Amino acid sequence: MADEALFLLLHNEMVSGVYKSAEQGEVENGRCITKLENMGFRVGQGLIERFTKDTARFKDELDIMKFICKDFWTTVFKKQIDNLRTNHQGIYVLQDNKFRLLTQMSAGKQYLEHASKYLAFTCGLIRGGLSNLGIKSIVTAEVSSMPACKFQVMIQKL
Amino acid sequence: MSRPAHRRPEYRKINKDLFVLTYGALVAQLCKDYEKDEDVNKYLDTMGYGIGTRLVEDFLARSCVRRCHSYSEIADIIAQVAFKMYLGITPSVTCNNASRNEFSLILDKNPLVEFVEELPTGRSSLCYCNLLCGIIRGALEMVHLAADVTFLQDRLKGDSVTEIGITFLKKLDEKKYRRKK
Repeated sequence: MADEALFLLLHNEMVSGVYKSAEQGEVENGRCITKLENMGFRVGQGLIERFTKDTARFKDELDIMKFICKDFWTTVFKKQIDNLRTNHQGIYVLQDNKFRLLTQMSAGKQYLEHASKYLAFTCGLIRGGLSNLGIKSIVTAEVSSMPACKFQVMIQKL
Repeated sequence: MSRPAHRRPEYRKINKDLFVLTYGALVAQLCKDYEKDEDVNKYLDTMGYGIGTRLVEDFLARSCVRRCHSYSEIADIIAQVAFKMYLGITPSVTCNNASRNEFSLILDKNPLVEFVEELPTGRSSLCYCNLLCGIIRGALEMVHLAADVTFLQDRLKGDSVTEIGITFLKKLDEKKYRRKK
């Protein structure tokens, strides 16, 4: 077991580090999100392997999404996703009303424009997890009022 | 009256794999970004410094440690309280010189390298865990203790143990500090 503070601070440093190197012109701005997302992807792949080691086989796509919302989210962020919606055609919206990586920021509108930086890693986390369970997807995030946020998962049919 | 330090200690714990894997992904990304090992080491150290400067507040708030009166006491606190609290390990402490300002933390087990088989080829001078050095340095600086923190031995580099060396430089602002007291 490690301490939560360590992970939160590491994540903050990762975000600020990536954006700092963008300011110095080492990488283009648009690459920052991709970079964070890719790191999340690798972590998601690794985590899901460990978490699903002893679980029963999943019935279907929805079953997998439920696993992500409940077990996966609880282990990573210590709470479940508050709301899961789907159009049954490959789009899932996961809503977290108190997202752990945003709770330390001001809850107002002041830093809204910076919120997306802090969600990129998690988008990758979801995508990586799903990818190792055999689901190819695109994950995007949106925030309208902090610390609540929504992750939209678009399943890519093969 | 101060509140008890560990009201719900389990509440603050997370899955260790999350932290370890995240750190691994970060180092892998840095290796892609920077060609020179020294640059990666420096980056990790700076990052650790940033974490340390913030982590020390969390540490002081939660650990309820008393004021330390000697460098050796500080080294013990780092090993027995801080490492235990944040990484769940307790390194052993040895003192290296007569003036008692150089200490070594010897890590038998290092959770950060749990999934690391070996250093990537051509990366022989990479200090994989350099983040830890930065954290310790940053945290000490925030309590007015300048220190040099480096890896003396690293298991990933073929040494038999992992050893972090802490050298306390002069205490900052000693006079000012005395007067305030």
